Amino acid sequence: MTTNPKKLAKQPEHPLDDLIRTERIPHIWCPGCGIGTVFSSCLSAIKATGIPYNQFTMVSGIGCSARAAGYIKLDSFHTTHGRAIPFASGIKMAKPELKVIVFSGDGDLFAIGGNHFIHAARRNMDLTVICVNNLTYGMTGGQCAATTPNKAKSTTTPLGNPDAPFNLPLLAYAAGASYVARWTILHTRDLTTAINEAIVRKGFSFIEVLSPCPINYGRRNKEKPLDTLKLYQDRTIIKNGADPARADIDFEKGVVIGKFIDIDRSTCDDRYSELHRPCSDD
Amino acid sequence: MAFWRVPLDAQEIQVIKGVVCIIDDRCKGCGYCIEFCPKDILKFSDKFNRKGYHPPVVTKLDECVNCHYCEIICPEFAIYSVEITPAAVQK
Repeated sequence: MTTNPKKLAKQPEHPLDDLIRTERIPHIWCPGCGIGTVFSSCLSAIKATGIPYNQFTMVSGIGCSARAAGYIKLDSFHTTHGRAIPFASGIKMAKPELKVIVFSGDGDLFAIGGNHFIHAARRNMDLTVICVNNLTYGMTGGQCAATTPNKAKSTTTPLGNPDAPFNLPLLAYAAGASYVARWTILHTRDLTTAINEAIVRKGFSFIEVLSPCPINYGRRNKEKPLDTLKLYQDRTIIKNGADPARADIDFEKGVVIGKFIDIDRSTCDDRYSELHRPCSDD
Repeated sequence: MAFWRVPLDAQEIQVIKGVVCIIDDRCKGCGYCIEFCPKDILKFSDKFNRKGYHPPVVTKLDECVNCHYCEIICPEFAIYSVEITPAAVQK
C-alpha cells in the first residue's frame, strides 16, 4: 500500500481528545477568547468526576459560548435563544439520574433568558449552570449587554455605558441558588474544582466565569487579551464565602472572586416526588 | 525559579520533568501559554502554521516541570505536557 507523502502523520493526541469532536477543531472562537479555556476546564471537571460519560448532558443556548454543545462528544443540545435552562429542566425532570450541565453566555442566560434562570434557581432544579461572562454581546457585534460595566464602551454606547451592570452572583443567590461561585479563566484550577463540585453536588449550582472578548469588548475598551488577563491577575481578590452583595464587577476597586454560597436545600425533583409520587418505591 | 537560599532538603527533592507537546495546526497564537508559563520556556516560533499563526516553541527543553498550566489555559486544545519517568531522565 502506498502512502500519501503530503498527508500528515497521525496527529499527537491531546488528553481531552476523547471528549471533543476533533473533526470540528479548530473551533470558531477568536484568538485570545477565553471560552475555549472554560470549555476545556469543564471537560477536565467532567473527566475528574469519574462518572460514566453517558450520564452527562450538555445544554446550551445561542451565542459564542453556546457553540460548546457542538464541540463536546457527549449528548448535547443546542437550543433556542435564552431557552437553555427550560430544556435542561425538562431533561432533568424526565431523567433525574442524568447530570445536566448548562453552558452558555451572559447574554443568553441573563438577558433573554433571565426569567428562566431565576425560576430554575427558585425551584432549585438540579442543574449545573456555567455562565461565560465576557461583559458584552460578542456574537452579534459587541452591543451593550446587561453585564457591561458602567462607562465601558460598546457598539451601542460609544461614549460609555450609563447603566449599572447585573451582579450575577447576587442575582443567583437572591433567587435561591444553592451553590454560587465566580472565577476567571486565569484561575483555571479553582474553576475546574468548582465545576467538579457543582456537578457532584445536588441542587442548582451557578458558576460565573469572567472571560475576555478581545474582538468585540477589548478592542473598544483598549484592552488586549493579555491586558485583560493581567487585570484578572492584579485586580481580583479571592475571598471564599464572601457576601455576594459585594461582588459587583468594578476593576477599579477590585473584583471579588471565589466560592460565595454552598448551602443544602431540597431540590425540585425531591419535593415533586414527595408530593406527587407518595406511593412509588424509587 | 531562583531561591533566596537553598532549601535544606534540596538534595532529596526530586523535581518532576515533563515534555511539552504542541499541536501546531490548532494554535491561534493568543500567547497565553507563553505569557503564563511559570518557567518561561516557551516563545513564539518563527514559522507559520497552516492557518497563518505563529505557534509556540519550547526554548529550554529540559526545564519543563510538568505543571500542566499551558495545557489548562490553552483555549484551543493545542498544547499539553507529559511527565517523563525518572528512569528516562537519567539516561
